[in-house]
Amino acid sequence: MMSFIHKRIKQKIAFSIFGLISMIVVGILFVILGFIIFRGISVINWGFLTKMPEEGMTKGGIFPAIVGTLCLIAGSMIFAFPIGVLSAIYLNEYLKENWLKKFMRSMTNNLAGIPSIVFGLFGMALFVNKLKFGDSILAGSLTLGLLALPVIIRTTEEALKSVPDHLRIGSYALGATKLQTIRRVVLPIAAPNIITGLILSISRVSGETAPILFTVAAYFLPKLPHSMFDQAMALPYHLYVLTTSGTNMEASRPMAYGTAFVLIMIVLIANLLANVFRRYFGKKNKMN
Amino acid sequence: MNLTNTLEIQETFPDIADEMLKAQTKDVNLYYKDFHALKNINFAIKANTVTALIGPSGCGKSTFLRLFNRMNDLISGVKITGDVLLEGENIYKKGIVVDELRKSVGMVFQKPNPFPKSIYENVAYGLRVNGYDHKDSIDEIVERSLKQAALWDEVKDKLKKSAYELSGGQQQRLCIARALAIEPSLILMDEPASALDPLSTSKIEELIYDLKNKYTIVIVTHNMQQAGRVSDYTAFFYLGELIEYDKTKTMFINPQNIKTQNYITGRFG
Amino acid sequence: MNRKRLKIFEKVFGAVLFSSSTVTSLTVLFIIVFLFNEGIGLFNSTPVEKKYQFIVSNNNTVKELSSKQLKDIFNYDITNWKQLGGSNDSILLFTINDLSTYFTDDELGANFENLPSKINELIKKNPGILAYLSDKYVPQHLEGHVIPLTKISIKDFVTGTEWYPTSEPAPQFGVLPLILGTLWVSFGAILIALPLGLATAIFMAEVASQRLRNILKPVIELLAGIPSVVYGFFGLVVLVPLIQQLFNLPVGETALAGSIILGIMALPTIITVSEDALRTTPTSLKEASLALGATRWQTITRVTVPYARSGITAASILGIGRAVGETMAVLMVTGNAGVIPHTFLQPVRTIPATIAAELGESSYGGLHFKALFALGILLFLITLIINTSVELIKSRKRS
Repeated sequence: MMSFIHKRIKQKIAFSIFGLISMIVVGILFVILGFIIFRGISVINWGFLTKMPEEGMTKGGIFPAIVGTLCLIAGSMIFAFPIGVLSAIYLNEYLKENWLKKFMRSMTNNLAGIPSIVFGLFGMALFVNKLKFGDSILAGSLTLGLLALPVIIRTTEEALKSVPDHLRIGSYALGATKLQTIRRVVLPIAAPNIITGLILSISRVSGETAPILFTVAAYFLPKLPHSMFDQAMALPYHLYVLTTSGTNMEASRPMAYGTAFVLIMIVLIANLLANVFRRYFGKKNKMN
Repeated sequence: MNLTNTLEIQETFPDIADEMLKAQTKDVNLYYKDFHALKNINFAIKANTVTALIGPSGCGKSTFLRLFNRMNDLISGVKITGDVLLEGENIYKKGIVVDELRKSVGMVFQKPNPFPKSIYENVAYGLRVNGYDHKDSIDEIVERSLKQAALWDEVKDKLKKSAYELSGGQQQRLCIARALAIEPSLILMDEPASALDPLSTSKIEELIYDLKNKYTIVIVTHNMQQAGRVSDYTAFFYLGELIEYDKTKTMFINPQNIKTQNYITGRFG
Repeated sequence: MNRKRLKIFEKVFGAVLFSSSTVTSLTVLFIIVFLFNEGIGLFNSTPVEKKYQFIVSNNNTVKELSSKQLKDIFNYDITNWKQLGGSNDSILLFTINDLSTYFTDDELGANFENLPSKINELIKKNPGILAYLSDKYVPQHLEGHVIPLTKISIKDFVTGTEWYPTSEPAPQFGVLPLILGTLWVSFGAILIALPLGLATAIFMAEVASQRLRNILKPVIELLAGIPSVVYGFFGLVVLVPLIQQLFNLPVGETALAGSIILGIMALPTIITVSEDALRTTPTSLKEASLALGATRWQTITRVTVPYARSGITAASILGIGRAVGETMAVLMVTGNAGVIPHTFLQPVRTIPATIAAELGESSYGGLHFKALFALGILLFLITLIINTSVELIKSRKRS
């Protein structure tokens, strides 16, 4: 009898501790988000979002950094999204279980595990120096695109896997070719989840700093880029500069809070959007 | 014959006195969300007998079996009304400690599911989680349980080996030994031989027959011959209802209900 | 006809798909090639920039000098050739700036036309001399000889204890402090993240209701989505001052700050991977345990966690991998002192932070630049080992 009470008390204590720890983990997130939102929101106004930085980046806004980040998002996705989706289709729909598939899969996994700073080094060696793009939006976009590739491939593959096989077989049975089956049956069902992957990789790309350090990012450039061969400012690098190497770090602190706020908002909105997408279309698919 | 209360059970089995009943259910209903899975079941299990639960898949026999050790509690969305008595005590009343209850009800599952531990540790598991830690007595109980499960001779030299080195039939007997080690007053078996070859199946059936002297056993099976061979009483479930419950011999020779008759003769199922 | 065109189109599309996957797969190989291409030049090159020579007297028997020895000589830690295996002569260090100590302007001539002969004279007169001269000042008929410098070897690179890539005249490319700094910070991170992450994973997989899980899951995803520079910023403005005050330190930028921030960043990986692993434990095993009277907690500790052990190991390794490769947050909170750390309350410098901080200042193609790419190779290899071991653990589990 004693042992019964003993083990039940043990369970109660363990579960309470584990619950508490989980709440701490959630708490950490809310502390970080709360802190940045609370400090940042007072900085945010129309001028902050649409003006050039002024007076050694202690006044004005972050407009060029926003534009730069948007350019990088667009540039990297134009490159990575099609290649990623096509690779995933090839891996999941075309390749049989053989050495090639194993090789490609393990390469994709390895690519996902490479630290972002190594991508930065690679981007500098190949795009900036070898291909002579110089520090440019093009070089930065390509580097970020490579980083996003494994993310897009993985989410797309999962989306494709969630399409039940009997639908494919049904389509073949009606005389459809492989391509027709993919286009008319598989992709429409997988589309919401593929888009979710796209949104999440946009969120990822917008916050990466290390890969753009040596490929595109400008310390201070109070004008907008004119072509993809121009340098550009970017939000994450701007935040780094403001906090660690600005000319007057104390005075530019509010600017830093504002920049962090904008970054956090991009991530929050992207995550929210992805979740809504997943839930809304997930349900719709289930009902069909 | 649809039994609606204990009185009728007494009428059906005049030889069963109250104190001989190991377990009973009274007006038990079980809902899984909106699905009415068990409908008003009144049932009694006589001590030191083997009771077989038969019926087509989805009829609720496994769910009914799991009432007695409250395994249905693990599924969210399950609601249970009515009383389930084990040795006269309602096991669904407030203050019942589920793990204490489960210690006194052993269970053997459809597929052999030994833990990824040694043969010895598998049998000792129930003792250890219930706070026994006297090594000599654990040794003794492990040996006794393996002997009762007719497995001792085959494994006595390799108690420290992984349970996964045993054959499927041996694994299932190990799982029975594991259940016996905590000396349950009731043993539930959920299609214990359905995943086994004929030879292993007959060993398990012999074992069940032997265990009857000491234990009370309820067995779910989809195999009519098996029910006929091992059980004293048989209950036929259909669509969540208890259709017929009688001595096995009576029921197999002269079923009262046309549904029972159809099922036993293999016309559906 | 239409059918035929369809077939051709089908073929073309297949080829497009194939080339996309090939590009993806080959990227890893490309990365390896380019890192090596830029970084491998560090090895087997002399540690001093070209156009400079070290000259010793003809009587000097020392065969060659390493970068480390040069540094010690210039710091006056080594003052006699005896210490380097030569004859018992104290070392006389001579650079072009020392000219005026030995010669007057008249002696050198108006246009330094006497400089070569004077230097030769000096070398002849002082058996212990070590002259550090630009090529253009080295006399044509040298009365001494140029002492060769030990080439940088992989061993020196990995085991060298000093990282002064820009020091003159002898830069030091020892990455041991950076490796140790990376390991300290990463293991500190895992020490923090593993208990928290595992507890949360167990809570989510085995304890929490479906509804609570539906709340926790997006929170964990969000934690993974916050950019590392924001973590770094938060660490810098909140955590670093806190640590400084708490432990009464001169600076708050420490290994501890890095470990805490990295620990938080590694949490989502550890939680997600462990939770997935815990979920692979068959229900039948958990039921068997519960049916024997075990509590849910006993079932977790005795059945579920042991069953998921390899998955949990994989989760911790992946978490370490995340921490090892993380750049910006670490760069912002660890203080970046390139010394071998002894406590968590010291500033440290990690491999990725070093690359990020220094690549911008290094000249393209120079030794420093190459050394940073060599660091990149090292980092790549570490993460490759980590990824491969995770794959191995997973495949062993499957079989």
